[in-house]
Amino acid sequence: MKVVVCVKQVPDTKGGVKFNPDGTLDRAAMLTIMNPDDKAGLEAALRLKDQYGAEVTVVTMGLPKAEEVLREAIAMGADKGILVTDRVLGGADTWATSQTLAGAIRNLDYDLIITGRQAIDGDTAQVGPQISEHLGIPVISYAQKITVEGDSVVVERQYDDRYHVLKAKMPCLITALAELNEPRYMTPGGIFDAYKAEITTWGRAELKDVEDSNLGLKGSPTQIARASDKVRKGKGEKVTLDPTESVAYIMDKLKEKHVI
Amino acid sequence: MDFTLSKEHEMARTLFREFAEKEVKPLAIEVDETEEFPRETVEKMAKAGFMGIPIPKEYGGQGCDVLTYAMCVEELAKVCGTTAVIVSAHTSLCCDPILTYGTEEQKQKYLPDLASGKKIGAFGLTEPGAGTDAQGQQTKAVLEGDEWVLNGSKIFITNGKEADVYVIFAITGMIEKRGRMTKEISAFIVEKGTPGFSFGTKEKKMGIRGSSTYELIFTDCHIPKDNMLGQQGKGFGIAMHTLDGGRIGIAAQALGIGEGALDRTIAYVQERKQFGRAIGAFQNTQFQLADMATKAQAAQFMVYKAACTKDQYTKDHKTSYNVEAAMAKLYAAEMAMEVTTKAVQLHGGYGYTREYEVERMMRDAKITEIYEGTSEVQRMVISANLLK
Repeated sequence: MKVVVCVKQVPDTKGGVKFNPDGTLDRAAMLTIMNPDDKAGLEAALRLKDQYGAEVTVVTMGLPKAEEVLREAIAMGADKGILVTDRVLGGADTWATSQTLAGAIRNLDYDLIITGRQAIDGDTAQVGPQISEHLGIPVISYAQKITVEGDSVVVERQYDDRYHVLKAKMPCLITALAELNEPRYMTPGGIFDAYKAEITTWGRAELKDVEDSNLGLKGSPTQIARASDKVRKGKGEKVTLDPTESVAYIMDKLKEKHVI
Repeated sequence: MDFTLSKEHEMARTLFREFAEKEVKPLAIEVDETEEFPRETVEKMAKAGFMGIPIPKEYGGQGCDVLTYAMCVEELAKVCGTTAVIVSAHTSLCCDPILTYGTEEQKQKYLPDLASGKKIGAFGLTEPGAGTDAQGQQTKAVLEGDEWVLNGSKIFITNGKEADVYVIFAITGMIEKRGRMTKEISAFIVEKGTPGFSFGTKEKKMGIRGSSTYELIFTDCHIPKDNMLGQQGKGFGIAMHTLDGGRIGIAAQALGIGEGALDRTIAYVQERKQFGRAIGAFQNTQFQLADMATKAQAAQFMVYKAACTKDQYTKDHKTSYNVEAAMAKLYAAEMAMEVTTKAVQLHGGYGYTREYEVERMMRDAKITEIYEGTSEVQRMVISANLLK
């Protein structure tokens, strides 16, 4: 069994957020961590490795610095790391990112692809499902539990108040929630091994079946109008009414603001 | 000379710090209050590989260097002195002598379970009448057929009741040395559950209260002849060499305790207001902090230097590290005592309460000046090297 896990190096929000003049994140200037949902996805893959001897390949797209997140994944127990990095890939939105990752994954053999549900920097939850679309394989998102049954996966897909049990034949893609599991720690020996491991680096040339027009900032339909660190909240309004009147007042306000 | 840590060591520090913050820190007050051994934390450390950091992979360890191990103890000690000494005593005082002096069979038999944390290790040298004067011991081992029979007791044993494997020292005879009869001391590996091996009093300690410090009692305790560690009569040398390594672990523990107290004090003085200003705005506070940080940094250099020197010994089996280890322990322990005392002072009345962790850290720091060789013993080791 071969599992590909997509991980993203994201800003550690504890260290503050910095932006480039064009509104994109200044990733080089921030402390980074492995995106929590992706880490849960990696842990799910490593459990498949423990249970079925699966081979786990971790793929990331980013600056050369993103190599660190692959070393971390190897220190946790992943077998291989692939870094997709190229100047022409910079400034990618979810569309261009998923095109890039799909282009990289086309070079690999896989039964299962696991991505995190969403990254804490963009919060879009689009890249995983888009990759599956580009590769023409089924996707089960929001996985809170994953089991393998023969050539299929059975996944509990989380909703606010319930979950669905879905079964899909492999190859398929699953997007993982941070709640899926408690990721293991790296081991000290694993860290030293990870720095001896070779990280495969791919650029634009290695991406398979992807048009230039779908890559990087130019291939990104999303345009960032404005970005800011913290949104200043309004002062708020204090109203003293009885409960029935209060509810009616709030409902009117919500309608006025087009919330409902 | 390059003072920069490698990327591997930096990542290892991140790991230890994250583990300490998430798994150890939340329990530190409770461990101190209840004096209960943090078994669940030890199990988690075992899973993460912390119980066998400098043990080679062929014996189930992590295959890392002594520096990585010292950094682990340091980071654990920043949040909990008890947890740090559990790892230190297990690794330096039990795994290390078995690795250094054990036969291949002994290494294969004991190290994989110790390095994986499936079993915990301890070391028994101290006796009621034999502390700094290790020659003063009374525990005896007599060979009867294929077995050694142990009689006597050991006190102040870290990991005492929780350990599974013990390195124990006992008198195996009398030998003539420079015209005088002296005790011949040998080392043994004793397993928990061996008939005749029991536990005595649990010590009620000032600090590191969760570390399970017990008396070990041997009454006609029969152990296989093959459980002698190293050669007969070489026990004293084994004990001294083991303690040289152990001192690096305790120095790292002291370093961590001092750094932990400093971290908390830096945060506190920026929050605490008196006379309308944060107390960190007063020059007295600033100067105290500057002294604390400078000494902690100096201690860190000394501990890391000692660890790197032991690493060199691991490679060439020639480089001596006993003076570096003694200096690191002496300095780090005294730094820990001074820094935690200042930390309590800067916290004022709150620092004297158990709610603020600097109180516990000050109590924990004291033992680092005493165990595995008092500060006075370290001065003896250092000066003996100067005047030889």
